[in-house]
Amino acid sequence: MTGSPAPDVDLDSGQPWEVVVERGKIAEFAEAMLSDDPAYRGPGAIIPPTFLTSAARWAPPGVRVSVGFDRKRLLHGEQEYTFHGDLPAEGDVLTAVERVVDRFSKPGKRGGTMRFATVVTEYRNPAGELIAEAKATFIETAAKR
Amino acid sequence: MTAITAPRVGAQAPPREFGPLTRQMFVRYAGASGDLNPMHYDDELARSAGYPSVFAQGMFSAALLAGFATDWLGARNVRRFGVRFREQVWPGDVLTCLGTVTAVCEESDGDRLTVELTATRQTGGVAVTGTAQFLIPRNAPQRVTAGPAGP
Repeated sequence: MTGSPAPDVDLDSGQPWEVVVERGKIAEFAEAMLSDDPAYRGPGAIIPPTFLTSAARWAPPGVRVSVGFDRKRLLHGEQEYTFHGDLPAEGDVLTAVERVVDRFSKPGKRGGTMRFATVVTEYRNPAGELIAEAKATFIETAAKR
Repeated sequence: MTAITAPRVGAQAPPREFGPLTRQMFVRYAGASGDLNPMHYDDELARSAGYPSVFAQGMFSAALLAGFATDWLGARNVRRFGVRFREQVWPGDVLTCLGTVTAVCEESDGDRLTVELTATRQTGGVAVTGTAQFLIPRNAPQRVTAGPAGP
């Protein structure tokens, strides 16, 4: 389905923040996902596929992008992680930056307008190499009339 | 780690169930992920917003599906993991995870598998669908005919 760009908002970029991949945090996350995989424990532990969702927690105020949607009508539609090589491991220090890469809107099924926004977070190592990307699709459902 | 031999299109993961899911699991995931939205652990708030009870974070179900996939094809091999959120998941639900290989692409350092994944509620409703890619390193024994130094 094709959408039309929302005219009132720009595609914007946030500011970088530091993400330290911590061994204890990986183990805590693995526990929460009911996984006993030894790859997620101890020295050299690597991150589980969706672990980087926890990285946002350490973003200082003001560095993340805002899609500007009404929180009461906000849905998380899709989420994707891409790893460009070996998975990040405990002890890695990454730099994260968010960008709004796409915005569009569609007519709601019961009238009104649904708005969509895609936010990509890039994670780079100290050499500046792109290690991982997270892509989130957010939906603002049509306002009730 | 599970040994992977000759992955083929159509190969399926052994199905796996998670649950019955509990509020405690949602709380633990909230702490681990940093998603402290009270809709996932405050029943009173969830009811006042018109829901029958709290419900799971979508990303919690996604994390279960991710662990199912990495148990199958190897935590170190995952190169892409994506989900689409379809239906809410409630306390007491049992999620059944399924996975099928839909494509195998030979690359210089291994086979890149594309797999389709689903987490289905006990009602038959699909909670989360996913697509993932795993780069499976070629086994040493399969390389004995190759020269000691690759191209």
